[in-house]
Amino acid sequence: MSPEQIEKKLRERFGDAILATRVGLNGLEAKVEPQRLLEICQFLRDDPELDFNFLRCISAVDWLNDGEFEVVYHLFSFRQLHEMVIKVRVPRQMPRVPSVTSIWRTANWHEREAYDLMGIVFEGHPDLRRIFLPEDWVGHPLRKDYIHDIERFDDEYAEKIRRGEIR
Amino acid sequence: MAVTELKEVVTAPPRGEIRTEEMEINMGPQHPSTHGVLRVIIKVDGEWIRAADPDLGYLHRSFEKLAELRTYPQGIFLTDRWDYLSAMNNNWVYCMAVEKLLGIQVPEKAEWIRVMISEFQRIASHLVFLGTYGLDMGALTPFFYCFREREKILDLFEELCGARLTYNYIRIGGVSRDIPKGWLDKAEELLDYLEKRFDELDDLLTHNKIFVARTVGIGVIPPEMAMDYGLTGPMIRGSGIPYDLRKVQPYSVYDQIEFDVVTHPGCDCWARVWVRSQEMRQSLKIIKQCIDKLRTMPQPDFDAPYDPSLHVMAKVPPKPKPKPNDVYVAIESPRGELGVYMVSDGSEKPYRMKIRGPAFVNLSVLPAIAPGHKVADLVAIVGNIDIVMGEVDR
Repeated sequence: MSPEQIEKKLRERFGDAILATRVGLNGLEAKVEPQRLLEICQFLRDDPELDFNFLRCISAVDWLNDGEFEVVYHLFSFRQLHEMVIKVRVPRQMPRVPSVTSIWRTANWHEREAYDLMGIVFEGHPDLRRIFLPEDWVGHPLRKDYIHDIERFDDEYAEKIRRGEIR
Repeated sequence: MAVTELKEVVTAPPRGEIRTEEMEINMGPQHPSTHGVLRVIIKVDGEWIRAADPDLGYLHRSFEKLAELRTYPQGIFLTDRWDYLSAMNNNWVYCMAVEKLLGIQVPEKAEWIRVMISEFQRIASHLVFLGTYGLDMGALTPFFYCFREREKILDLFEELCGARLTYNYIRIGGVSRDIPKGWLDKAEELLDYLEKRFDELDDLLTHNKIFVARTVGIGVIPPEMAMDYGLTGPMIRGSGIPYDLRKVQPYSVYDQIEFDVVTHPGCDCWARVWVRSQEMRQSLKIIKQCIDKLRTMPQPDFDAPYDPSLHVMAKVPPKPKPKPNDVYVAIESPRGELGVYMVSDGSEKPYRMKIRGPAFVNLSVLPAIAPGHKVADLVAIVGNIDIVMGEVDR
């Protein structure tokens, strides 16, 4: 299916939940409402014409100036050989996104990675814990405001993060 | 003592209780079969595995953060260190992402060189897999044969770009230098040599009776499960699904090249080994076509002082600044779909770069397939995923 056809189908079915669309370098890009993400993903996988049975990648991006996190899902279909991108934006203060592990099991480790390095909480994830960093690590290093300078990162700074004064 | 009494003694439970509770033990991080520093926490009931949980991060170097702190060309050398057994592919996918963002057209000759190098790299990587996998299974000899063959490919690479492991050869807009004089002849000789050696390796390892007995029926991944877990590369082709990015989403000049996608319906460890051994032969076929094509292309004048990147480099500004955009680019690395998601914000550094490592995703299937096997078979399963920890942990 062409990006336009996918867009038409999505808009017909979900209407307001599709906040914005554009055709980018990886086919259709749809920005959707986080609350309805699960429903949309389920439809994308199960509809025989769309048939997005392969989740390629989940990436998290920190848009510090907008005060938002973005989670990007790259989808592909083995049978239809088309691709599309789903984007979800959540506020930095409350980074909670529904987990898609129940739809594509490959999301498990991708989401754990996004939680570990970016600090996004995936609601409904079966086993959300750090994957690369030690369990007692403080902070989420891929955030844009994370201090990676070893001279500034001391015990006092870590304590501030623990108390929630710095995110 | 009467016979009946004796029988009672033999069949009676031994004095004291037998401890039957499950035990939790570590496999790794220092274990010969984990090919790096992978720790698998396994729950065993006697010899049987009940649960396996990989613990990652021992080799985490945070390339995603490091790339954000460097300009686009400066990021290339980092890519060599993701998956150090196929560094050329890493170079390629990174550069391809930047080229897509910049909208640069790579010279045709550079594209053919990239394909040829990438296929050589695939053979070298699969040879390491076969050698070390045999080693895991207790077959020491094939390891030496594989490394001898790989050495010849590395020699070719050394002549091409001066390095044997971290090449930094593929650059944004092309490759760093043209092919040296007489290199294509040497490469062609090597193809004939390798073809014979692959038959030898098949006899030694792939169809070896003991090896087959240890791998057939072990680590079965049904096709639906492979799709659900997002497996790629030989892992999914060993389950009979012909998913190969070179065919389903042809990049570079793969649409002009003839080759077959190797699949096997076996779904077990042996099927995946067989897929890899056959893939090396397909790579030979591809390299042959690349060499033939490269011979028809303009050759540099070796006698005059020449610009080494004359025919193989597009015009790229020294500090490229792509317009704000994002792109996901994936290529078929020896381990599967190696992807890079790159976001640019118009500055000279990438705003965000995410690596989709094939071994990372392939390893995530381990907790699902390991239970029900014996501990010795876990070695066969972990080795079979063909993990390179540099890329799993990044």
